[in-house]
Amino acid sequence: MVDLQERQAAAATAAASPAIHCVELTKHYGRTVALAGLTMTVPRGEVFGFLGPNGAGKTTAVKLLLGLIEPTGGEGWVLGQRIGEVVVRRRVGYLPELFRYQPWLRAGEVLRLHCELARLPRATWTAEIARVLDLAGIADRAGHLVRTYSKGMQQRLGLAAALLGTPELVFLDEPTSALDPVGRYDVRQVIHHLRERGTAVFLNSHLLTEVEMVCDRVAMVDHGRVIATGTLDELLGGQACRVRASGLDAGQRRSLSSFGQVEDDGEWIVVRGLQPEGVPDLVAEIVRMGGRVYAVEPRHQTLEDRFLQLLGEGHA
Amino acid sequence: MPELAPLLTFARLTIWEASRRKLLIAVVVLTVVVIAVTGWVFTQLRYQNGPSGGPLVGEVQLRLLASQLLIFTVFLFAGVLSLMAVLVAAPSISADVESNLVLAMLARPVRRSELVLGKWLGLAALVVMYATGAGVLELLVVDWATGYVPPQPVQLVVYVAAMGLVLVTLTLLLSTRLAGMTAAIIPLIAYFMGWVGGILGGIGHALGIQALSTTGVISQLLLPTDGLWRGAIYSMEPAAVIAGLRAAGTVGAANPFAATDGPAPAFLAWTVVWFAAMVALTLWSFRRREI
Repeated sequence: MVDLQERQAAAATAAASPAIHCVELTKHYGRTVALAGLTMTVPRGEVFGFLGPNGAGKTTAVKLLLGLIEPTGGEGWVLGQRIGEVVVRRRVGYLPELFRYQPWLRAGEVLRLHCELARLPRATWTAEIARVLDLAGIADRAGHLVRTYSKGMQQRLGLAAALLGTPELVFLDEPTSALDPVGRYDVRQVIHHLRERGTAVFLNSHLLTEVEMVCDRVAMVDHGRVIATGTLDELLGGQACRVRASGLDAGQRRSLSSFGQVEDDGEWIVVRGLQPEGVPDLVAEIVRMGGRVYAVEPRHQTLEDRFLQLLGEGHA
Repeated sequence: MPELAPLLTFARLTIWEASRRKLLIAVVVLTVVVIAVTGWVFTQLRYQNGPSGGPLVGEVQLRLLASQLLIFTVFLFAGVLSLMAVLVAAPSISADVESNLVLAMLARPVRRSELVLGKWLGLAALVVMYATGAGVLELLVVDWATGYVPPQPVQLVVYVAAMGLVLVTLTLLLSTRLAGMTAAIIPLIAYFMGWVGGILGGIGHALGIQALSTTGVISQLLLPTDGLWRGAIYSMEPAAVIAGLRAAGTVGAANPFAATDGPAPAFLAWTVVWFAAMVALTLWSFRRREI
């Protein structure tokens, strides 16, 4: 009875624990620092974008969280268990960035192998394989040898393998790197499907527009450190408006800061934090000061703007 | 602790790969051809007529000749087996790491030790299958052609298989760290050096040169293939040959295709320790490898 209560308590703790939680996770390769103290929490059931330029430590972070490599320092938990625990990998799916599967096997056989390694009940294999092949859009090529697959097809096969067995957390490391626009759309659909099912997705990417389309929350990394994290709304800081105008002196241009944070490159004036209803007032003010307005572009700040801005701050 | 189920999965995968890559079929076809050719050679010995019209060689002579020819034939097979063992084992881990094939597999609930032990088991099974299949077939053909059966056929197959296992084990260790080509060349050179070391040891023993004897012993301890080859020879020699070699005294010990004694129990015990140490080193080496 006590045993049962303990098990139930452990299950409740596990369910309440975040999908990923890590504190100062560090990885050095000799004198090279691949990850310099990663601290973050990924809630369950969310699509989490992990953004960063090439070499920022994104793939290293995924490998550490999966227990594929050992950290030099720090700690981490995945689905409530310490990273490196073998059993937690039963509940996790993974599509590596540099994906490759046995070229001498047929796609269906690769998936059977992964069912076997994932310890799925044998009776479920056939249905499970059919389901993921369908989701990844390669059901008609299941009987073909992997060596005959294009790179994009192999990436779809990797995606199928990552979805086997209804995982609670799926790591997708640059999942669309080899895919055409149709493939990218399909991957977004798969991610939406996972979110609806309550699966947490850890999406490693440097394709910002893609992340913007699917992620609930993002962390931006550079040089092995998180430089910003939050929901998209928090990170992008609301609305902005871009105006191309002439006839204003530097002082007049600066005076527009009463509308919001002003960035001025001489030709375009960007006013951040300006709601759409404030745009006519901004234009009226510029005209009142004697300025001539050629273009007005009310818009969201994109993730790319924000990302480049943060990277610039980091490097300044 | 490694578990059995994933270990067996990796072992099966290794054998499956060898068969899918048509390696098994190529080796089987070539081996059958070689066995057929040796069978033809042995029948020539038996049925060739001499100047007097009778058989060229008598029954006793035929068996002696057959025993010596068999030693050369087995030497050829042991060479093929060693080469095959090295070439299959060399890329076994290194190629999977370089191509990132291991990433998707090791992200499953499996341990690195299970991958290593599974691959070793699969390769070992291939070696044992080849040694047994080719050995039994060759012995049957020789028996059919000449009526000669070596005194200890089971030991012969065991020793030859053990030679292959030694090379598989060493190569797999190197494969955890070195690229396929390098991981193959080192054991092959070691194999030939071990053979030469054994010959030098024999010469040292025959001539009473201590330094050469010691060289032979050390080379046998570092790589037990030559010691096992001596065991294979011993199990193929009829009592008359052994008696002749012993009568020849120390000179008999210098012949790389002859053995006056079987391997010492201490050497066989060392071989077991050697296997255990190499496998442990392989597990340790792959556990520390960055992937």
